[in-house]
Amino acid sequence: MNGVHDVGGMQGFGPVHPEANEPVFHARWEGRVLAMNIAMAAWGKASVDNRRYARELIPPADQLAMSYYEKWYAGLIANVIDARMVTREEIERGTPAPGTQKSTPPLSAAAVPAFWAKGAPKTRDVAVSPKFRVGQRVRTRNINPPTHTRLPRYARDKAGVVERDHGVFVFPDTNAVFLGEKPQHVYSVRFIARELWGDRAGASDSVYLDLWDDYLEAA
Amino acid sequence: METTRRDFLATAGAAAGAAAAPSRGHADELEHDRQALWSDMTLRVKSLESLLVEKGLVERAALDALVDTFEHKIGPRNGARVVARAWVDADYKQRLLANATAAIAELGYRGQQGEHMVALENTPSVHNMVVCTLCSCYPWPTLGLPPVWYKSAAYRSRVVIDPRSVLKEFGLEIPEGVEVRVWDSTAEIRYLVVPAKPSNTEGLGEEALAALVTRDSMIGTGLPLQPGSGAQP
Repeated sequence: MNGVHDVGGMQGFGPVHPEANEPVFHARWEGRVLAMNIAMAAWGKASVDNRRYARELIPPADQLAMSYYEKWYAGLIANVIDARMVTREEIERGTPAPGTQKSTPPLSAAAVPAFWAKGAPKTRDVAVSPKFRVGQRVRTRNINPPTHTRLPRYARDKAGVVERDHGVFVFPDTNAVFLGEKPQHVYSVRFIARELWGDRAGASDSVYLDLWDDYLEAA
Repeated sequence: METTRRDFLATAGAAAGAAAAPSRGHADELEHDRQALWSDMTLRVKSLESLLVEKGLVERAALDALVDTFEHKIGPRNGARVVARAWVDADYKQRLLANATAAIAELGYRGQQGEHMVALENTPSVHNMVVCTLCSCYPWPTLGLPPVWYKSAAYRSRVVIDPRSVLKEFGLEIPEGVEVRVWDSTAEIRYLVVPAKPSNTEGLGEEALAALVTRDSMIGTGLPLQPGSGAQP
């Protein structure tokens, strides 16, 4: 979706403000929100694509005004309601609905180290032929899906060169809306900065994006 | 089904923002309400956590273990050891550039948001820097959680269109003849920049070298420290 999360190339956000000696979290609740996101992912009901999409669906003005972990909080709530794991009434009340049967969490403290180390690989071991080869010139498609996509606006309908084939990965555009993983090749595609931004860009500079087969066509 | 899901998520997303907000009747109360809305995040998050625990959806001790991982097990010191190893061991560097996930795992670093790693070597003709314009993708096992500036709209918007002005704000002037390569983490591949080894470091051991490798030098917004200089991010 052409949302406010897709900020690449936008102007007016001002200078970057690094913070000296920045703590991992600025408040305890931030760590709890992130931990809940990850622990709930162990249920397998909301993939990383579902979770990103949920945050993208926060109304744009709110999204710009909210802090990073506030967005993760709102996204988590959207995901658990969507997965029918929690109701809005329960969120508002802070307690389970009367008569709710208690589940057993899939992730115990003892299992955290192994769960963490395993990660959540997005590669899929399926035989899918690459549509493009390293060195090939490609053009990104001019798509504007109203749902989740990982092809940023600034890189649509642009010509580049395939620099590397990363292998077969889950396709976020379908996975985010529960239409299947549609595994396909992801490539590192190099774009000359001036192809993206015109003559004001550095003559020798470039931008690399990781792009799925479905985002590309032969140039 | 797609539309239904999407509408539902949109409603839920809005509900999450509005759920525990004080009731607001007048427009001029909006700003006050907005402040109240997010200043009580501590209470809201506690409430959500106890709900999930009571429903048996999460285990509180598992959350503690995850927070401990974020705060103590991952972080840029891990990445610094990877870079220092690459500086002193040419074979390791070759493995790192060929298959970063496996080479990083040799040092014991792996897991969430480090499943698909690629190492980018800075050379006299190429300076690499990393961003995620769509969200905040970052290599957690080697760098830890990203700093606020990395997640900010300012960094994410500007670095692809005007990387050199961003680098200048970080105190880096990259000569015109050097290619600035910006890597936008649009998929699940996570990037670790391998900066050039500083001069005057001959004879330094791996640990001493690792101490020179800053977080920002592995994002591409900084350079490693010179021996004897102070600490930097």
